[in-house]
Amino acid sequence: MNYLSIKNNQTVSIAEIPETDYYAFRVLVVGMVVSHPERHCVNYFGYQQEESIKLICCIADDFLHVINVLSCRVKASDSLDSLTSDCLAFEKFEREIHENFGVFFKGHPWLKPVRYPVDRADRSETIANYPFWGIESEELHEVGVGPIHAGIIEPGHFRFVCNGEQILHLEIQLGYQHRGIEKLFLEKKKLIERATLAEAIAGDTVVGHSTAFAHVWESLCGFESSADIEYVRTLALELERIAIHTGDLSAVCTDIAYQLGSAVFGRLRTPIINFMQEWGGNRLSKGLIRPGRNPFLFTPELAVRLHHVLDVFEPDFNEMNKRLFQLPSALSRFERTGIVSYEDVLSIGTVGMSARMSGLNRDIRSSHPYGWYGLLSHDPIIKHHGDVYSRVQIRKQEVVQSMGYIRTLLGQIPDGVTPQDTSLEARPESFAISLVEGWRGEICHCALTDKKGELMQYKIKDPSFHNWLALALAVRNNEISDFPICNKSFNLSYSGHDL
Amino acid sequence: MLSFVLMLIAALFFTGILIRTKSLASGRKGPGIFQPVKDVIRLFKKGAVYSETTSFIFQIAPTIYFSSVVMAMLVIPFGHSKGLISFDGDFIFFAYVLSLGKFFSIIAAMDTGSSFEGMGASREALYSMFAEPAFFILMGSLALLTGYTSFQEIFYALHLGSYISYALAILASFVLVMIAMIENSRMPVDDPKTHLELTMIHEVMILDNSGFDLGLILSAGYLKFAMYGTLIVNLFIGTVPYGYAIPAFFVIQCILAVIAGLTESFMARFRMNHNAQFIVALTSVSLLIFFGVLLISGKFV
Repeated sequence: MNYLSIKNNQTVSIAEIPETDYYAFRVLVVGMVVSHPERHCVNYFGYQQEESIKLICCIADDFLHVINVLSCRVKASDSLDSLTSDCLAFEKFEREIHENFGVFFKGHPWLKPVRYPVDRADRSETIANYPFWGIESEELHEVGVGPIHAGIIEPGHFRFVCNGEQILHLEIQLGYQHRGIEKLFLEKKKLIERATLAEAIAGDTVVGHSTAFAHVWESLCGFESSADIEYVRTLALELERIAIHTGDLSAVCTDIAYQLGSAVFGRLRTPIINFMQEWGGNRLSKGLIRPGRNPFLFTPELAVRLHHVLDVFEPDFNEMNKRLFQLPSALSRFERTGIVSYEDVLSIGTVGMSARMSGLNRDIRSSHPYGWYGLLSHDPIIKHHGDVYSRVQIRKQEVVQSMGYIRTLLGQIPDGVTPQDTSLEARPESFAISLVEGWRGEICHCALTDKKGELMQYKIKDPSFHNWLALALAVRNNEISDFPICNKSFNLSYSGHDL
Repeated sequence: MLSFVLMLIAALFFTGILIRTKSLASGRKGPGIFQPVKDVIRLFKKGAVYSETTSFIFQIAPTIYFSSVVMAMLVIPFGHSKGLISFDGDFIFFAYVLSLGKFFSIIAAMDTGSSFEGMGASREALYSMFAEPAFFILMGSLALLTGYTSFQEIFYALHLGSYISYALAILASFVLVMIAMIENSRMPVDDPKTHLELTMIHEVMILDNSGFDLGLILSAGYLKFAMYGTLIVNLFIGTVPYGYAIPAFFVIQCILAVIAGLTESFMARFRMNHNAQFIVALTSVSLLIFFGVLLISGKFV
């Protein structure tokens, strides 16, 4: 076998990962992914090893619940046949590898820069001379939005090509938010520093990313996580989902100028994040999750409080949803706006909500369960229209589902406290991968260690990495005034993409 | 004279009541009734900043826009007291002096060279173009009904005698309310609260205006609201003595502000391409009024 099948959160020695030449690697990857909707690439990255570049590709198989890892070795000066020409989902990964190392991929439509790292191969590529796809037409016009926006959001540039009010094409240029997080993971040696970094990958997915980091690190160190530690993580992930989904519903209502929905959902988000404050001392759950320990125990007193918070939350949430989904003016904004077809989401490899909106079942909670999700036997919520309405419906139903899970979990608080002074030493020459379903979708963290057990490479993939392209496709042929509602219904992360 | 003073007073609190209604409807306390006026006073104390790409058009446009609204206000009567100016056909003057102001605000928006403002300008031009027939068919029908062509005479002669004419007055006030909403860029056509340039109509046109100029544009907006409110009041008061008419004026203005506030609280904005349909539909309501008038006056067999 030219690939290695591992489970989610499993660590293997780097030497165990079969290494082939690029040609065999390419045939294998294409054969695995093309016309297999149940398999998709969760991470594909390269790192410098002596004179050559080692490429590692991780492909998750949702039926067999395994991750296939394979690798090959190429040279920076190589010109390789691209995977993109057979499977569009590799488009951004290959752009990233090209940007970092200068490897050229033949047949790739356009190897544009992704996020401008300091040590990129071609320093002449700067954020100021990004090669936009342009038009030369008297009738069409271009509209540029950002990188500085009217609202309090992150920087990113959107370039529309419009025919009057109709969008023909949207190009999204990101990279403004690049902080070199992956490099910082290698430079910062203390575990607490790394855990804090993981929290800063995307400010709205603190639990998701810090759980992924904790899992990777514990796996690297061979630490057997106990039930109470995983309990806290599962609970926090679901609470984060409720809080952000509710906030998103509020933001969607703001964008269609429905003041009642905006105010009510905005108010409903607050008690949930206030509960996080009560529990872990931070409304955004920072500091709640740490590798190898459980800094904030979930006590029976907190369970009583959480029961109360949810009991107050639920009737208001349901009533507001009933009103929102019965309001003709709101429905006319949601329905048939920003449609992405099943074929499109499959080919560009979206994950999480952006896949489930169009009938593509991508949910790590059911396909590669971790923590307590195995016990919850999660059933993903799938919609089929791929429009704003589907995305809003998914949010609504996932909040209800998460409340159910939290109530189930609250009935089985594990007792027994894990000792807090575990020392964690990473195994040398190892590779670990962790998949976590954050509220936005699949988060993938990969770590590789060197001979001394030091981190050699840390690779993060936020769900936004692929999903931004779905937004660009969604707005085609829509009115430009519907762009904000499409954008908000995806609510993708800039910093998660830019790292 | 009386109408002018009343309109100035109504303009002081109209937008404040509207905003307060919205705040209360969403469970917030909201700013004071006079906050919009205070904002304008603050802006009047400031200087304006001009982009280097703009020409003198951009600098004179806010003044012309403001003065066009003031001029339009001059012809509005109140009951049997005339406006400061009154002549035959003054409702045509009213509509086109407002259009002049709008024309300047549109070319000023184009002058900035921003792609957003160009979009806003094209939307504003389109919607006012669609709203124009509704206004003229309405006023033309009332002129046909009464036999006069100036605001004051039309409203003075407008006796609401039969049930049909009450129905006409209700339809007419609906058309006028909706035109007021369109002209003032309120919901359901435009969302004045949004921060998203791509969905704005009027707001996006004034993105580059600041300080004194912005103050002028905002206060012109407040005056416009009061002005359309007065037109609606005029439909009903006719020959009622001032003792009742003046309190009725303020009550109707407040009701209008509350209705506008509630609309903005409890519904979503229209999809942009439904706006045009909606505004054209107003013209058909005006046509209904026109046929009603033909029925009443017996010219329609």
